[in-house]
Amino acid sequence: MSLDKFSALTSRTMVLPQENIDTDQIIPARFLTTTSRKGLGKVVFYDWRYDEDGRPKNSSVFNGVDPQTHRILVAGSNFGCGSSREHAPWALVDFGFRAVISSDIADIFKSNALKNGLLPVTVDEKTHAKLLASPGAEVTIDLETLSVTLSDGSGTTFEVEAFARRCLLDGVDPLGHLLNQLPAIEAYERAHA
Amino acid sequence: MRPQSLFDKLWRRHVVVEETPEAPAVLYIDLHLVHEVTSPQAFSALDERGLKVRRPDLTFATLDHSTPTLQADASGRPPYATKDAEAQVRTLIRNCEKHGVQLLNLGDPRRGIVHVIGPELGLTQPGKTIVCGDSHTSTHGAFGALAFGIGTTEVGHALATQCVLQRKPKSMRVIFKGLPPDGVGAKDMALAMIAEIGADGGQGYAVEFAGEAVSALSMEGRMTLCNMSIEAGARFGMTAPDEKTFEWVKGRDFAPKDDDWERALAEWRRLPTDDGASFDREVTIDATNLKPMITYGVSPDAAAPVDSRAPAPETDSEREAAAYMRFNPGQPFSEIAVNRVFIGSCTNSRLSDLREAAEVMRGHKIAKGVTALVVPGSEAVKRAAEAENLHRIFIEAGAEWREPGCSMCIAMNGDKGAPGELVVSTSNRNFVGRQGQGVRTVLASPATAAASAIEGKITDPRPYLSAAKEARHVA
Repeated sequence: MSLDKFSALTSRTMVLPQENIDTDQIIPARFLTTTSRKGLGKVVFYDWRYDEDGRPKNSSVFNGVDPQTHRILVAGSNFGCGSSREHAPWALVDFGFRAVISSDIADIFKSNALKNGLLPVTVDEKTHAKLLASPGAEVTIDLETLSVTLSDGSGTTFEVEAFARRCLLDGVDPLGHLLNQLPAIEAYERAHA
Repeated sequence: MRPQSLFDKLWRRHVVVEETPEAPAVLYIDLHLVHEVTSPQAFSALDERGLKVRRPDLTFATLDHSTPTLQADASGRPPYATKDAEAQVRTLIRNCEKHGVQLLNLGDPRRGIVHVIGPELGLTQPGKTIVCGDSHTSTHGAFGALAFGIGTTEVGHALATQCVLQRKPKSMRVIFKGLPPDGVGAKDMALAMIAEIGADGGQGYAVEFAGEAVSALSMEGRMTLCNMSIEAGARFGMTAPDEKTFEWVKGRDFAPKDDDWERALAEWRRLPTDDGASFDREVTIDATNLKPMITYGVSPDAAAPVDSRAPAPETDSEREAAAYMRFNPGQPFSEIAVNRVFIGSCTNSRLSDLREAAEVMRGHKIAKGVTALVVPGSEAVKRAAEAENLHRIFIEAGAEWREPGCSMCIAMNGDKGAPGELVVSTSNRNFVGRQGQGVRTVLASPATAAASAIEGKITDPRPYLSAAKEARHVA
């Protein structure tokens, strides 16, 4: 099994400036009864996009955003907090996002995103503020050089856990790495039996 | 050797392959708990690769999230919220049969919420590493275990290899100094802690809770505290095991027996943090000044004493939260009307929580127009509560007494509030829409939730608790 490779991405941004956007917002729990990881893009941020009768909300920033051209989500701090549901990155990726930029991204979400070809990018407050203030800006994210560049040439660098980065660059599933450690796992089990 | 923390010891004992700059550590998992919502895609990933569950003997499944809390109809069919919910339950049953994983199925007298049944059955023990596809797995850290929530891909990793890839997090110690006043419990301590360090303050950290107030907590109280670690952003929360822990574990179904028990005990006594161990961050909270706490916003760190007033929002996010909650700046919380009360969840559905709520509700009726749902955490909790007639107190007060499950904490089994309703809830998350679209959630302890049900407003439980104490003395 392999993952989609990720090396560099240039795209427009969609901005959700709210702080503490939890995974219940990204995908409400009532959509978690699925047994598949596919097709969740249609319910991503469902209650932000649709009213209680299922009609699109005029006020939603998702209106008029083409997922094919807006593949970078810029969000307020502590993005992805709360529930560990991996349905959140599944839904974001299925909608069309390939990267999330914030000043602060929650641990479990970050770990889940990296396993699904969605790049979590944590940037400094100044870059974050600039990105929040410029919805639709064209941004380039380069995973090789670990850099984020805005169209005016300004930018910054970011960090990604080295192993997850290698897996994304090579399109490799981390389970293979774990399966290769089976002799060590067996030895551990014998020593601790 | 350098003094070590509880966390250092737990980590070291489970490293199969040390971490390097290129790769995280391979960490061995002693207990993998599984439920119906975050496991189907993990089992599918195994099937796609032709892999088996490596250690079904260390894997344990239960049904709780999508599971109805209403009784089965005459035909014996539980009233599932949707066909998908039923299909999800059936999928777990099928996956467990196929892979030889033990399942606490519907009708099993041991079934319950995953973070209630682990400790109850003695599966949760000091010194273990425990994972589950659920962010509240830190609950089990109350026993001095290294317990943390994982995503579904990692559930697959744990099923296939009994290991996960993890870099060692930084360490934090939160010390509660002194003892809290009467009427202040573990939930209040948890909310005060989250308010203090913030919803992202624990990000990247494994947190040990320590100090006099934590030692004084019951095991159930320690579980409540560790449960809420993730609401401060910390994936790992734990407390040192002590005699209270060992007494609690002893004799449970899966607890070590005879010689094994003595050996385990000797191991477990070595786990607590050594004097002089260092932490990347230390936070001290004065427990003597704590009050019963509630939340007033849409993030768990928006918490304040129940006898205070709604603060004025300062940021855009806070203004949005205040508009959603419809709390006016300066408004006393005691004036805010309540529509619904939920007592349950992996945070507060154990016998001691139900006793606390019953103590407040005894002899009272819930306010007109308020509905209250009491959902025990497990079949065992339900039986124990009924043996003490707690259910009668709830039913006589006008509350509903349900079957065990996650229920209104995650609102995916059909139990939920209506748009606009204000719910005082003993659960762990006050996120927008968490308990139903448009529902406004106020997090609180079982005592505060019960008192709020009686008065139909957000209510300080302390007068009720002291009256109950008085009545006990007279009797």
